[in-house]
This record gives sequence, C-alpha cells and structure tokens, in this order.
Amino acid sequence: MAKQPNDKQEIGTTGHEWDGIEELNNPLPRWWLWIFYATILWGLWYTLAYPAWPMISGATQGYMGWSTRENVAEAIAEAEAANAEINAQLVAADLSAIPGDDQLAVYARQAGEAVFNTWCVQCHGREGGGFVGYPTLSDDAWLWGGTMEAIHTTIAHGIRNDEDPDARWSQMPAFGQDGLLSEEEVDQVVNYVMSLSGEPQDASVVDAGAELFAINCAACHGENAMGMQEQGAPNLSDAIWLYGGSYDALYETVWNSRFGVMPPWNQRLSEAEVRAVTAYVHQLGGGE
Amino acid sequence: MPADQPEAPPSLYAAREPIFPKRVSGNFRNLKWGLMAVTLGIYYLTPWIRWDRGPNLPDQAVLVDMANRRFFFFWIEIWPHEFYFVAGLLVMAGLGLFLFTSALGRVWCGYACPQTVWTDLFILVERWIEGDRNARLRLHRQKKWDFRKVRLRLTKWLVWLIIAIATGGAWVFYFTDAPTLLSDLFTLDAHPIAYTTIAILTGTTFFFGGFAREQICIYACPWPRIQAAMMDEDTLTVGYRYWRGEPRGKGNVRRRNSKEAMAAEAASHAAGPTAGGSYARTPMPNENTDLVAPEDTSETAYGDCIDCLACVNVCPMGIDIRDGQQLECITCALCIDACDDIMAKVGKPRGLIDYMALTDEIREREGKPPKPIMSHILRPRTIMYTALWSLVGVGLVFALFIRPEVDITVAPVRNPTYVTLSDGSIRNTYEVRLRNKQGEARPYRISVTGDPAVRAQLEGTPYQTVEVPADTTHLQRVYLIAPPGSVPAQSERIDVRLWVEDISNGDRAYKDTIFNGKAN
Repeated sequence: MAKQPNDKQEIGTTGHEWDGIEELNNPLPRWWLWIFYATILWGLWYTLAYPAWPMISGATQGYMGWSTRENVAEAIAEAEAANAEINAQLVAADLSAIPGDDQLAVYARQAGEAVFNTWCVQCHGREGGGFVGYPTLSDDAWLWGGTMEAIHTTIAHGIRNDEDPDARWSQMPAFGQDGLLSEEEVDQVVNYVMSLSGEPQDASVVDAGAELFAINCAACHGENAMGMQEQGAPNLSDAIWLYGGSYDALYETVWNSRFGVMPPWNQRLSEAEVRAVTAYVHQLGGGE
Repeated sequence: MPADQPEAPPSLYAAREPIFPKRVSGNFRNLKWGLMAVTLGIYYLTPWIRWDRGPNLPDQAVLVDMANRRFFFFWIEIWPHEFYFVAGLLVMAGLGLFLFTSALGRVWCGYACPQTVWTDLFILVERWIEGDRNARLRLHRQKKWDFRKVRLRLTKWLVWLIIAIATGGAWVFYFTDAPTLLSDLFTLDAHPIAYTTIAILTGTTFFFGGFAREQICIYACPWPRIQAAMMDEDTLTVGYRYWRGEPRGKGNVRRRNSKEAMAAEAASHAAGPTAGGSYARTPMPNENTDLVAPEDTSETAYGDCIDCLACVNVCPMGIDIRDGQQLECITCALCIDACDDIMAKVGKPRGLIDYMALTDEIREREGKPPKPIMSHILRPRTIMYTALWSLVGVGLVFALFIRPEVDITVAPVRNPTYVTLSDGSIRNTYEVRLRNKQGEARPYRISVTGDPAVRAQLEGTPYQTVEVPADTTHLQRVYLIAPPGSVPAQSERIDVRLWVEDISNGDRAYKDTIFNGKAN
C-alpha cells in the first residue's frame, strides 16, 4: 500500500534541529536489520572457517585449512608449472641463439632480472652498476669474456672458489708482500701502468717500469697490457679500473695482489635460472 | 518533544511497503517509453556493431579488450598509457551530470538511470501478466496460493529472469568478440568468467528490478543525497502547485467558480509558456485580483486538487508529490501525466503538478507569471557547466587528433647513471618503449639530438633501426655515448632529445631526457 499523505505527521522528529531543519525519525528498513544479523552470522562463520581465535600457543586453524604459506607454495608451484615449458626451451636452446629469439629473450631477461635482483645485486649492484672490487656489468669490458657462453660459464661455475672444480681460476702474485719486487720497483710498475692511460705520477720511472712489466706482468696482462680473458687478467690500458685507478689503489694491487671470488651458481640455481640471468647480464652492457 | 507526541516510542524498523504503480499515459510517459527503447537498444545492440580495422585487429566497434589491454571505440583505439582519455570522459560525464541536475533536477534518475529503466521494464512485464494496480493489489492480498496466483507469479518471474539473463548476457559481449562468445556460450566453451559475470548480473538485475526497486534509490544510491547540493531555487523539478491545489478535497464541493477561474486565466495569459505548457492559473481562494470582484469567496472554497490520489497511485517510488520535493522523488514525471489526465476530466487546466522551479512557486503566489523555461535553464551556473564541459570535450578531441601514430617513452637507467667504457667514453643507458599502433610491423629509426658529440646505439643490433611488430610495445635498450673528453662526457648533465621515426612514412615523435656526464 502506498504511503498515505499524512504519514509524515505520524513519524515525528528526533528532536534534533539545525537552523530550522529538523531530523525526521524515520524507521530503518527492516531488511537492513536482517543484513545486520547476516553480517554477525557471517562473522561467526568466518572465525570458524579461518584461523582466528588466539589460544595459549598458536590460534585456531579454521576448518577450511587455509594457510598463507600453502598459498605461497601453491602460487610458486603454479608459476613454475606455467613456466616449465619455456624453461625447458631455454635449457634446450643454443646459448648464443637466445638473444636473437624474441620470445626466449624477453622471457629470459625478465626472469633473469628477478634472479639477478635476488642473488647478484648484493655485490654487483642494481642494473649491474658494480662496486669497487665487484665488476660493473653494464660497461663494455668483460674480465672473463662477454659472450653468452663465457658469461654462462662464469655464472655457473663461479670464480676462484673451492666448491666447483670447474671454477674460473687465476691468481696474481703478491709482488711486494712475497718479495718479488722491491718498493721502488713496484712504484716503477705502477707509474708505467698509469702511463698507459696517460696519467703517470712520476714520468721519469716509466721506462724502468716498462721493463719490469715485460718481465713480470706481460705473461698474463699481455705485452701491450691489453689483458687476457682466458686468465681473467684485466686490460690495463683502458679507462676501466676494477679496484680503482689511483696510484694508491694500483700500488696496493701490485703489492698485495687481489683475489676476487664468486660462488658457483649452478649449485643453487637451476640451469634455466642460470641461463636466464646470463641473458639478463649479457644485455646489460650490450654483451659481446 | 511536543506534548502531543504519542507515549509509545516509534518503531525502529519498518517492513518495505510494496508499491503497485498504476498505468498512466501522457507526454512524459511517452517520452519515457522512447528513452527506454533508445537506452536499452544502445545497451543490447552496441556490441554487435562491426568496424573494420584491418586483418590483425578486432572488428568489433566497441570492445574493452582486457587481455590485450586495449579499448576500441569505433575509429579510436586507446592504450593503457592513454587512459587519460577515459579519465577525461569521466570528467565530462561528471560535469554533464552537474549541468543536467542544476538545470533539470534529477533527470538522470527519472529517465536514464539503468535502475529506473530496468525497473520500468519489469513493472511493464508485471502489468502485462498480473494486470494493473488494482488487480496486482488483489493478487498481493490474496493469502491463498491457488493455481492462478502460482501461475501468474511463476510466469512473471520467468519473464523477469529471461530479461535478467539477457541483461547479464549482453554485458559480457563488450569484453570479447560478440559473435564468437555467443556461440561459445551455447556450446559451453566460453570462459568461466563469462558465465560467472552473467550469473552475477542476472542475479542483481532480477533482484534489483523485480524486488528491491525503489529501495535501491532510497537506501543504496548516494546520488539522491548528492543531488540536493546541485539543485537550487531555479532548478526545474517536479512540483505541486500548492497555492492552486489547496485546500484539497474530494467530491462535489464548492470550488472556485468559473468566473474567478476565467479572470485568473486572463491575468496570467501574458505569462507565456510555462514549464509544462500553458495553463490557466487559478488564484488562491482568498486572493483578491484587481480584475474581478470575488463575489463568492469564502473560507470553505476548495482548490483544484480533488484528492483522487492519482499522482500517488502512479508513483514508482510510492510517495506523495504534494508533500513537496523529497529525497525519494526521482522526477520521473509520471504524476504530472496522471494529474493532467484528472484535471482534464474535471475541467480544470493542466499543470497542478508540473515541472517548475521554486522561484516560480513564489512568483505565482504573488500573482506574477512564472518565468519562461529558458530563463530557468540559461543561468550563469548552467552556462559555466556547459562551458567547462565543452572545454574538456574540445581538449579531448584536440588531444585525440594530435596523438602521434608513433609513440615513444624513455626511462633512463639510473644505476649507474653512467658507465665508463674501456676507451674512456661515457655511456648512459635508456629503456625506450616504442609503440606501434598500426595493424602491421613498422621499422623505427632511433636517433638523438641535443649535442653533436652524443651518438645513439641500440642494444643487440649494429643498426639504428628496429622493427616493431603490429599493435605491440617494443622495449629497446638504447645507449647514448659521448667520446672521452667531450663536453657532455665532462659535464654534470646535459639535455638531449631522443627521436623515433617511422621510416615507412616519416612520422616522428620525440622525448626529452638527460645525459649524465662524469661531473655527476
């Protein structure tokens, strides 16, 4: 039945008034009340269905068996199952062909970025920015080679570690500490090396340093100090310095030697992950 | 509290009183039928309009392609990064609503709101099956569920359900290719989300249109609350000419005589057309006009309202418009049609209930003619809303036309801001996104301007050109390299501009960015 015209008079007001505007005391619709009761029932059910009530040790688990840990595990399993096929393709593919394969490359770089940001970023920095002693991966110099194969070997087996027999290995002698060169000779070599990039501290000793270099250093770093990727021996004639290009830093390097270590990642990561991060690192600096 | 309030506290809760709107005919009812046909037609038919975009793109005129993140609207294709077009359309919709509400009150509620349109449709079905108001009332009050009541109720619910399924079903066609989906729906090959969406929308349509009806407007919708702030005393809205109707009374009682009415008509003749068309004004019982000596005036004379409740019986919201404008009123104007019909029958001018503004009410009480409609509609406020609305619209159309066919965004890689290359060059890296909105693959050349010393190099290719497949975004790492000792390499940072050019037709676009040097 429609409201009768005189309904308003029967309703009355709450007694509140602002500037002559009175608040009518209309009753709530009854279905609101039912919804209110329904929410209470829903709330009770919710505490039974899901972990809720605190007990002395732990809380009630709820009959639905819901668990965030399991959800995460399921989500991971789902993601892995979804990626299984392309991961298999990635493992089966020829390494050097990956950057040219649009589908694989996009996948590998995105997956590789996640791997890199989890495992590699601590030392090499975001986007492979590098730190002193930890090579910058986004420049064009590669200590052990910048091809997909070379990067893959480096990541899989690591550098100068004892865990993997196939690890990249080389060791520079500690020329000063082990008494191979005197303080004066080290000074001469350092000045020679600096002269290669046009910044010698003492030009008068460069010639003497060149002789010492040819005898002691050229075997690994090359006659022209261009480096040798098989040995992981850096190019000393370019503008890039792993441990710094100042006189003090170079003196320290020659006197005490350096021994940068990287773990073998094939022991922690799957082959697909290693290949993904290889593809990611390869494109950071343009690769070789 | 006043002393005459009853002792017993008022009830806290009230059950919904069912409403049985009576059939009505008239101008506004016809307008509503027309609008219902148009709005429902747009809703149901739009997904079926085809639009040829070439072989690689969908041929549906209006398509929200969630999976590929594209929105197609006839010749316009919107990508996610152009979502400001949608935001602009929403701003226009908002301003349009302000405009219409300030000029014409709740026309949206009364004529175009889906809740109103579908409720109207459901009431129409209800009337076809169960009869008009009185028959429906009888059926409602009949306690016993005999065969006839069961049959009528089931038929009605079945037809409602079919409409509801069609409503939910039409919705999903906007999100994927309609003909494919239709056949998939019948062969049970469609995605579960399609079925779920249809089920939910079927349920809400059935419940909102069939049972909740005015409760949605009164309790669930925020709009009735907001609109009060958007109307003012010049807004045209449905109202009751209190001065003309009151005191109301039934039956063969004494009313203002024809002489008074004719004199009043002469007095208001110069008023011109009013909101609902022209009507002859009937003066208040005790009102003295200079044109006629009111011989027969008495306190007992009644106004034009014969208290027949026609306006109440047709109201889909179950209110009495004679109480004045109120929150529940959706201004569907059906009470105007109902009252005009009665006024014609009792030989009174139309417009006892009419579209009118509050200022008109005051003017009419003073014996002045109401203001013409256009002077209500054309006010500084509505003109300003129209101007703003047009401004946003023109801006959007302009933006749409200058939108480049080639699109580029540039994100400099910030860590490290630069690297030193082995030859001492300084290199910055940029993640460049190239968008090809064409239906075919296009070759894009990337170049840099800003400093002659800086050159661009693309990752993974010795060339300056990259091919972007049709309708995709291509992520390309781009290196900018400054030779050792050059100004850009030594400075803190310089401004550069990255260009992309579609070699096939010469279209170009650019983005400004910065190049970080060693002094950084």
